Amino acid sequence: MRQHKKITAIATVLLIVFFTGSVFALRNVEASRGREATLEDVLYLPSSKTIKRLSLGYSGLLADIYWTRAVQYFGAKHIKHSQRYDLLYPLLDIATDLDPHIIVAYEYGSVFLSQQPPDGAGQPDQAVKLVEKGIRENPDYWRLYFTLGFVDYIDRQDPKSAREAFEKGSEIPGAQPWMKVMAARMAERSKDIHMAAALWQQLLETTTNKEMQKTARLHLASIQADHDINELERLVRMYEQRTGSVPKTWQDLERAGLLRGTPLAPYGEPYVLKNGSVEVQDATKYRYLGEWRYNEEQMY
Amino acid sequence: MSARLSAIALNTFREAVRDRVLYNLVIFVLLLVASAPLFSEISIGMERLILVNVGLSAISLFGVIIAIFIGIGLVSKEIDKRTLYTILSRPVRRWEFIIGKYFGLMLTLVVNAGLMTVGFYIALFVTDHSVKRADGLMLVAIYFILLEFLMVTAITLLFSSFSTPIFSAIFAFALFAIGTFADDLRNFAGLAHGLTKWLSTAAAYAVPNFASLNVISRVAHDQHVAGTLVLYNSIYALLYSGAVAAAAVLIFERRNLK
Repeated sequence: MRQHKKITAIATVLLIVFFTGSVFALRNVEASRGREATLEDVLYLPSSKTIKRLSLGYSGLLADIYWTRAVQYFGAKHIKHSQRYDLLYPLLDIATDLDPHIIVAYEYGSVFLSQQPPDGAGQPDQAVKLVEKGIRENPDYWRLYFTLGFVDYIDRQDPKSAREAFEKGSEIPGAQPWMKVMAARMAERSKDIHMAAALWQQLLETTTNKEMQKTARLHLASIQADHDINELERLVRMYEQRTGSVPKTWQDLERAGLLRGTPLAPYGEPYVLKNGSVEVQDATKYRYLGEWRYNEEQMY
Repeated sequence: MSARLSAIALNTFREAVRDRVLYNLVIFVLLLVASAPLFSEISIGMERLILVNVGLSAISLFGVIIAIFIGIGLVSKEIDKRTLYTILSRPVRRWEFIIGKYFGLMLTLVVNAGLMTVGFYIALFVTDHSVKRADGLMLVAIYFILLEFLMVTAITLLFSSFSTPIFSAIFAFALFAIGTFADDLRNFAGLAHGLTKWLSTAAAYAVPNFASLNVISRVAHDQHVAGTLVLYNSIYALLYSGAVAAAAVLIFERRNLK
């Protein structure tokens, strides 16, 4: 009995020591492998038809695996601020071939594809191709038309196609009324900062994905800052016309009755007035600043 | 102690060698390796690449199959035939039985892999008509395959120490499949947050990492394998196998054999 206990104790100690040692050894193995140990840029099987045959009927499960792999691929590249996402579209294409009703792959996948690097793959045409495939396979799902219109307007800057997408989507039973509003606004204007803000706001309100919410907030902050800067620079020009000199501080504009208080940027910090032009304090907070400035100037 | 261990190990080896399935598998692998040059006839300029990939993959895959199918019966067969009681009634301890079986199966696998390696090198010589310096790289891949066998055998023995052969085979194959995708699991852990990160990291370390032991495609392209990787893979495989074998001993020590 004593012998039995002794062996049990020794085996337990060996188990703990060896397992702990194996964890440290594995860390060293990974360090030795370096880049190779990260997610490989390999598709393994590029043909979804072949994968479907090999799946033995478990194509839904394989679709989930491919979608997860696409998300991991995007996440790994996104963290590294990569400029290339070569495998993203093939991975999404295979996932949606294996399961054409995997709606999230169309909705999020198209945003992953359409955003400019390093936020996304910078492939809006591929994003449209993916969503159009989703619409073909899921014609009753009106939200895919919203996604299509979103990509068409924001990333392809094609309000005509966006209007068509919103209009078609609004005709599907169960579609939200604002789809019609979107279609109408698209018809009225092209390259409109207000429309962009409305689209991002819609996305912020409808998505549950935290990353997408973060992206939407970044865009909204930049759009708001762009709008504010345009307005403030218009006031600066008015001041110059009235006084013949460039205002040095916001108080100059206040004294001239053009402004009430120091103007604040979306994150609560004051705007900076420098040699007659208006800037934000920290441009890194407003990654998309300037994208809409020219477009809005066309409006005024 | 060492005499008892070697007696059990040699008997396990002899028993495995008598097994006809084992011969069939070896012959099959040798045939596969020999037919590799024929496969390359249907492709252009890839004779050597196809031979190395097919040959080394076959050595690895069939070795794993042998390890699992023999490993699952190591304990249960002795219980079914009631030979275990005869063995344990002699001055043989339970842990000596388990570790002896482990060494015996490893010896079988090393001999098998050795035979397959000879066949593989003959096929390589037939294809190339010469011996190249890069051919030595294949030995690193074969050494890693042996390390893989070391881990698979320990895992199979662990399951067979408490489960039925059929379930042991299922568990061992499942763990082998998970271990080959260990890199994906590590990447998932790297991207996750909070509790998910903690759990997936724990799972990534708990399951065997076979991904780092697979350098077949690298040596097929005559790419060098770092010495540090050989060293750390060896340490990892030994420690992981040791831990799993210790767990098998622990379970078998407490198992009620009445």
